[in-house]
Amino acid sequence: MADKTKLDLDRVPIPKQSPEERARNFSEVALGYSEEQALQEANRCIDCKKPGCRDGCPVNVDIPEFIRAMKEGDMPGAVRILKNKNSLPGICGRVCPQETQCELTCNLAKKGGEIAIGRLERYVADWERAHPEAVERVDGGVRCNGRRIAVVGSGPAGLTCAADLAKLGYRVTMFEALHVAGGVLMYGIPEFRLPKAIVQGEVDYVKSLGVEIRLNHVIGKTATVDELLEQGFEAVFLAPGAGAPMFLNIPGENLSCVYSANEFLTRTNLMKAYLFPEYDTPIQVGKRVAVFGAGNVAMDASRCALRLGAEEVYIIYRRSLTEMPARLEERENAEEEGIIFKLLTNPVRIVGDEQGRVRAVELYETELGEPDESGRRRPIRKPGSEFTIEIDTAIPALGTRPNPIIPSTTGGLELTRWGTVVTDEATGRTSKERVWCGGDMATGAATVISAMGAGRRAAIDIHACLRGSG
Amino acid sequence: MHRIVKKELLVPNTIYLRAEAPEIARKARPGQFVILRVDEVGERFPLSLAGWDENTGTLEILFLIMGRSTTKLASLNEGDCIMDIVGPLGEPTQIDKYGNVLCACSTFGLGPVLPLAQALRGKGNRVISVMEARDEGFLFWEDRLRAVSDETYIAVGDGSRGKHKRASEFITEHLNSGHKVDRVFAYGRVFMMMECSRATEPFGVKTIVGLTPVMVDGTGMCGCCRVSVGGETQFTCVDGPEFDGHLVDWELLVKRKRAYLREEAQAFDLWQPDTLRRVAELTGLPERKPVV
Repeated sequence: MADKTKLDLDRVPIPKQSPEERARNFSEVALGYSEEQALQEANRCIDCKKPGCRDGCPVNVDIPEFIRAMKEGDMPGAVRILKNKNSLPGICGRVCPQETQCELTCNLAKKGGEIAIGRLERYVADWERAHPEAVERVDGGVRCNGRRIAVVGSGPAGLTCAADLAKLGYRVTMFEALHVAGGVLMYGIPEFRLPKAIVQGEVDYVKSLGVEIRLNHVIGKTATVDELLEQGFEAVFLAPGAGAPMFLNIPGENLSCVYSANEFLTRTNLMKAYLFPEYDTPIQVGKRVAVFGAGNVAMDASRCALRLGAEEVYIIYRRSLTEMPARLEERENAEEEGIIFKLLTNPVRIVGDEQGRVRAVELYETELGEPDESGRRRPIRKPGSEFTIEIDTAIPALGTRPNPIIPSTTGGLELTRWGTVVTDEATGRTSKERVWCGGDMATGAATVISAMGAGRRAAIDIHACLRGSG
Repeated sequence: MHRIVKKELLVPNTIYLRAEAPEIARKARPGQFVILRVDEVGERFPLSLAGWDENTGTLEILFLIMGRSTTKLASLNEGDCIMDIVGPLGEPTQIDKYGNVLCACSTFGLGPVLPLAQALRGKGNRVISVMEARDEGFLFWEDRLRAVSDETYIAVGDGSRGKHKRASEFITEHLNSGHKVDRVFAYGRVFMMMECSRATEPFGVKTIVGLTPVMVDGTGMCGCCRVSVGGETQFTCVDGPEFDGHLVDWELLVKRKRAYLREEAQAFDLWQPDTLRRVAELTGLPERKPVV
């Protein structure tokens, strides 16, 4: 153990593309640690007696152990330890909000020098991708027990649940509505934050465990949940994602060039509209873009707009920086790239031209009053503060509501008043026998890692239930 | 991959395809649609289902050759494969016993009307159908429409088939002359559906129209297909595709459909064997390797 007097509190910074350069390309912003940097950062870990990091991780990755393996130069060991709890480390290392999870509970955090666990996780995952032969498969030798399980949705919750069940010997079929697997990791999170080759690598890994992936299958339409149960699937795990985007409910929201963030990101990431016209799907960005909302999705949409050629991109948010839901890192990245933050500002109306295209947005300023039911201070309209800015594209990034397709076609599935599926948090069980649920469909919009945690808990409970029967 | 088992050029701008999609064929109902993606670089776009056969596991579609995607689809031959088909999407038509039902269609709208008329008749309705075409040369499958209708009328824009040039003109006269109609369905071009809705409005006859605006995922995830119906924003893919024609904001629908006209033209012009070289010339960027 390291001597406390020699605590090194300087996090090794991660190399990034310069803001000027990256604002015009879709390549990954953070370039990742070199071997030397990774070791330097790993060596800062004091391997404390009572590590807090592991408890901060929603899937309880053995963080001190994998860092110890790194220090000892045992990279295959680090990979094994990491993948033992987390099937998708290349993804989590990039998109998990570590600052509110493992890094927050790191014992060095109190001194302001928490270990960059996410960056180390990413380094280990990338090392494995570069050295596929070096790591002995942890899952080898499991005999398929022949029992069939359906996983609906191939996003983070579905991939995790499918991988865990396949490792336990189940025959898993994963149903995906879109034409590629990966869910929000593919259609939502942009290439510059999470390269699609990495997602594809993780999907291929899950496939290599024996999971069958059936694309273009909309459960509720192509087959219903009840039909899956009748077809011999012994359990169904529902993880279809959140689905339906919310709009502003103001005049002009249906003008052309008003895109939900979901549509804007899907066109860009999944359909590769940034390569139009080589790819067939177009997108209209124009010179000035306004994004409404200030979560991670709003940051993604605004930074995509910039990369698609917009000259001025605004984030319009009715509260202040303090209430902003986006990760600090993403906000800083956006600021560095030149995104303009119009805080304490709310839209009244989107104005169109004769062709029905967006021309401008009318806004007013707000001030913050008492906290509302969400615990955040309520924005109040400032009288006489109205103003207009000219824009070509408007992107509401206000979150999503649960997609109605599965609830409306599945009998006996109890819903909350928000339309999410009533789910036992510890097990993922729903009100319907043999049906489990996790991810945004159960919780409303949340993070990749929390969806993965739900996938894992459901897999454990499905195994416990099925083991006792048949 | 979905193999095309039959292809027919019906009239110069309209193609019929039958393709393999056994799972969709098992579940399809009148009024539903599918989303297609022709190839790896293709866009996702909706087409109404014109028929399905559970036994052979095939689907039928009729479409108008409009832009790059439909041209690509039209360029496939029997034995070729469509990369992705997903469905059946949207809510099926509510098939009740209405009484006298009038089904109006133009061009590709005949596709969805055939299974619809058949199902309506199966429920005991009396089906009067009217088909509209630009001129005689664009008429097709009149016999098939007659086979599922109790009465069939034809309205041709050049007046070659009697006095009605449009389906809406027929509807107006039919209602004016005192015929009792309990429900109208209209499928086809947006303008035609709008005209039919306007024709029935003064008579208070409920008119259902089947919309296919621009879509991306087709499962309620993106909101691209939103339309305004009775002042409420609706997603065509999950709330529709059928809506009350008297409540649809037609102007908004047309404007949203036209949003990508410029890109359509650009994409179409560039869809040539030498596309990539021309892209390189146009953009000044290094020439990309073919993506397919």
